[in-house]
Amino acid sequence: MPMLHAKPERQGMHDFKVQNISICGKTFLADTSGALYWPAEKALIIADLHLEKGSSFAASGQLLPPYDTRETLTRLAQAIDRFGAETVIALGDSFHDCGAAQRMEPSDANRLRSMQEACEWIWVTGNHDPEIANWLGGYVVDDLTVEGITLRHEPLGAWTTHEIAGHLHPAARISREGYTLRRPCFIGNGRRLVVPAFGSYTGGLNVLKEAFDPLFGGEAFKVWMMGQEGLYPIATRLLRED
Amino acid sequence: MTSRMPKDKAARTAAGQPARISKAGRAKYSPASAPAKALLPTVFANWFKSRGWLPRAHQIALLEHAKTRRSTLLIAPTGAGKTLAGFLPSLVELSESKKAALKGSGLHTLYISPLKALSVDVARNLQAPIEEMGLKIKAETRTGDTTVSRRTRQRLKPPDILLTTPEQVALLLAHPDAPFLFADVRTVILDELHAISGSKRGDLLCLDLARLRKHAPEMLTIGLSATVARPSELRAYLLTQDTPEECLALADMVIAEGGAEPRITILESDEPAPWSGHFARYAIPAVYDAIKQHSLTLIFVNTRMQAELVFQELWNANDDALRIALHHGSLDRGQRRKVEAAMAEGRLDAVVATSTLDLGIDWGDIDLVVHVGAPKGSSRLLQRIGRSNHRLDEPSKALLVPGNRFEVLECRAALDAAHACVQDVALSRSGALDVLAQHILGLACQAPFDPAELFKEIRSAAPYCSVSRSTFDRVIEFVATGGYALKAYERYAKLRLEPDGRLRVANGRIAQTYRMNAGTIVERPMIKVRLVGRRGGARCGGKAGAPRPLLGGRVLGELEEYFIEQLTPGQAFVFAGEVLRFEGLKETEAFVSRATADDPIVPSYNGGKFPLSTHLAERVRALLHDRSSWRHLPVPVSDWLALQDERSAIPQTNEVLIETFPRSGRYHLVAYPFEGRLAHQTLGMLLTRRLERAGAMPMGFVANDYGISIWGRRDIGAMIDQGQVILGRLFEEDMLGDDLEAWLAESSLMKRTFRYCAVISGLIERRHPGKEKSGRQVTMSTDLIYDVLLRHEPGHILIEAARADAASGLLDIYRLGDFLRRINGAIRHVALDRVSPLSVPILLEIGRESVGHLGREDILRESAEDLLRDVMG
Repeated sequence: MPMLHAKPERQGMHDFKVQNISICGKTFLADTSGALYWPAEKALIIADLHLEKGSSFAASGQLLPPYDTRETLTRLAQAIDRFGAETVIALGDSFHDCGAAQRMEPSDANRLRSMQEACEWIWVTGNHDPEIANWLGGYVVDDLTVEGITLRHEPLGAWTTHEIAGHLHPAARISREGYTLRRPCFIGNGRRLVVPAFGSYTGGLNVLKEAFDPLFGGEAFKVWMMGQEGLYPIATRLLRED
Repeated sequence: MTSRMPKDKAARTAAGQPARISKAGRAKYSPASAPAKALLPTVFANWFKSRGWLPRAHQIALLEHAKTRRSTLLIAPTGAGKTLAGFLPSLVELSESKKAALKGSGLHTLYISPLKALSVDVARNLQAPIEEMGLKIKAETRTGDTTVSRRTRQRLKPPDILLTTPEQVALLLAHPDAPFLFADVRTVILDELHAISGSKRGDLLCLDLARLRKHAPEMLTIGLSATVARPSELRAYLLTQDTPEECLALADMVIAEGGAEPRITILESDEPAPWSGHFARYAIPAVYDAIKQHSLTLIFVNTRMQAELVFQELWNANDDALRIALHHGSLDRGQRRKVEAAMAEGRLDAVVATSTLDLGIDWGDIDLVVHVGAPKGSSRLLQRIGRSNHRLDEPSKALLVPGNRFEVLECRAALDAAHACVQDVALSRSGALDVLAQHILGLACQAPFDPAELFKEIRSAAPYCSVSRSTFDRVIEFVATGGYALKAYERYAKLRLEPDGRLRVANGRIAQTYRMNAGTIVERPMIKVRLVGRRGGARCGGKAGAPRPLLGGRVLGELEEYFIEQLTPGQAFVFAGEVLRFEGLKETEAFVSRATADDPIVPSYNGGKFPLSTHLAERVRALLHDRSSWRHLPVPVSDWLALQDERSAIPQTNEVLIETFPRSGRYHLVAYPFEGRLAHQTLGMLLTRRLERAGAMPMGFVANDYGISIWGRRDIGAMIDQGQVILGRLFEEDMLGDDLEAWLAESSLMKRTFRYCAVISGLIERRHPGKEKSGRQVTMSTDLIYDVLLRHEPGHILIEAARADAASGLLDIYRLGDFLRRINGAIRHVALDRVSPLSVPILLEIGRESVGHLGREDILRESAEDLLRDVMG
């Protein structure tokens, strides 16, 4: 995978383009798109696409720009290409609501179909999309276990290991020299991992919120924040509440 | 007092000056004088007489203009009986009217003011003449605080006179009953017009006037304003513009004769004004003495931070236990009302205030106005000085306290301008498109409309008189379906086409949402500051960071979210005149306790810093240029200028002075455009980009109202000499093209303006039936929307609107453009071997911008590298 060895942006600086994240001894790669890649399985893992969130708001009267699905799919296609993935696992809430798939613009639906033709496609169901229509293609599962690692939408609300999940839209906030920054992030402890939301219109939940408490049970965790140019491991002592 | 309705004191003063009134009458209205007097019915004439007053010339003039149905702008200083003049035509007409031939609800007069509190104050004062003359006239207020049942009743059975705000008028116009409610309106009085026009609220109000004219074609407008530099803009605002291509229609104008010349002095203290800063700490003893010598002193400052600091300093100096209070926009409303009441009752000796006390409510007998820091504009100075002595016959008294040496110059210029009675107001602007979108949806909620007719109506409002049909159609498209090139939302359209070509709202829920979201005031996310008792205190041996029990107490006020974000629990800061300790954040409230600290932080509020007005900047430049005027300046200041003249050069009026010099291992470039802080900050962003490209390695810059200093690692002076940096090219006007675009695209400023536009235009709802959004949530989602929209449809109408806002308001791009055109290569470069006298105040300015932080990626990168260093040891 030569594309992973991008040349450093600045001499003498670390390259933060791609980060190694290991979960129970398995090695994964994460980048600033919010995608997680499993080289051993050639599988790309993404969560919370929330496709057609824009049109869902439009139906309730807020006419947000209708380009979120197009944008999310474009970034997904780029991530697939960048890593050379052969399998895509969407970790739930891929569609913002049950009518979302039908609302897709024909061009977006075609885009999705052609991506599915090139890759093995697995939809994990989520709370926003408990059912995924057959006509969309791909396998639909509630969760799945690969090489001992369980992939599901909502992380178990208790101590566990061997788990990759989405649902929480983790985001982190730091201050430095008077500037503050809030960005989506990966959060994990080497035994389990929560990946950020991939969709263009998805907000984030601060990792210091109670929702994350049961996952790590007061133990140490690691955070990787998404920048424009790279994915940055950040010391937990720098994290700030909203 | 006389600016509103009569009170005893006003009676005394007005009675004492019959001579001047008759003189004014002769001078301006002498032919009409005798018949004009006859315009005043006996009951009114008797009432004036019973109060010991003579009607003023401008009051009679307004009656005259109303009689001939001419819309009029009345320009009068505070204290000239302006509001009574505005109401007089309505009171006279209502007292005479035979209640016949009503077409609608009978609402006769609408009074619209920018402040809820002002409407309430005026309504109260209006009761006196109505009751004393025994007139059968009903006057009521309608604000956001009016009860629902009363509001409903007012719509069906309105009073004769309704006193309200622009937002309430917009809401009433969006109601299906609007034609009935407004059919009989004869007069619309717009108070403090100078404070509304030229803003988004002003845009909305002008569109509302255009619509009111549809319902009440006979309607007359009366604008009340303080003295302004370009009254024609306000005069155009008052009238319908039917042929904007040919010429603007202007309302008549009446100018009330001014009162006695204000007595303004600049503080001369034993201590010379310092080199930098705005807080005038050096002057506190002198200000304190002045307070002692007057019965009520109003101390104006420019920012809330200054207010807190000055208050704190006065309090420290308060050996005589004077009653001094603090009043600014972040304080809890109840707290502010208490201060206002205490002022009115004469229970205070001094009040430190920001612009919250600028607008014309009468709070008591102020006999001295102190202005700390330069007033930044002569209109603001006159308005504030007008707060003292609301009696035309006595001069208002004011003391200007410059914070630093540049401010001495500025105070001098402002003083000259005040004596020349020259004022400056915001430049006329074209109406904001997000406001237009909101207005169109409101009108559609009232009734279906024909786009062609509405286009004509919109163009009749002065701010929109040059809007093109295609822009108008794009706004309609935006309201209907979002206006996207990708036609995805036809089925969710808010406006639907009727067979007859009119557009109507698609369903009733849209009107409900409109009513919940109308208005153009978008607040920054604010956090309540609540005082709590500290339980357990710092002694308790719990582990660090363990939450202490927090007990809710009194709310002290509100602070910008971003300031609170910078605090860590345990830190001390100054707010509401007290030193407080930050205990923690809970939901949308910051919990604080009382504390003592030697060095508390003072909130550096984002808002409220006014840039130097263009007009005053010119005067400062001229003052510098004219060496003979220096002798009017305090000696340290004229010495300072003489030293600058000797060592470097004095900036001339039609060129820009550039100095370069080394200082502590860095190389500085200082420019003196005198164009105000906003324009200078924009200039700084753009110049550093250009210098970076030229290889000058700029590291940072700092700007104030007068100039800008850029510093870097390479000798910029030498680079200029060697032709590696060409000053003419550096200051070329085209920096406002590509460089600006590139900078804007990556700045958070555009995201902020976009958020405001998105909220005002209705793209984002602040309130949705059934759920409320906090400011924080709105911020979150509009940033995402902006990113997506900019990438996929950079020409979208909302991006256009946000860009226009950023250009005019936040960046002062027009002013920067004017400056670049004006100097047009006239650059005078002086290479020095050390710092120049004139540059010292700029170099000492706080609020430096560092070039390295323009991209926020560095914050993440540096934090990550810290972590790696930690790990590697």
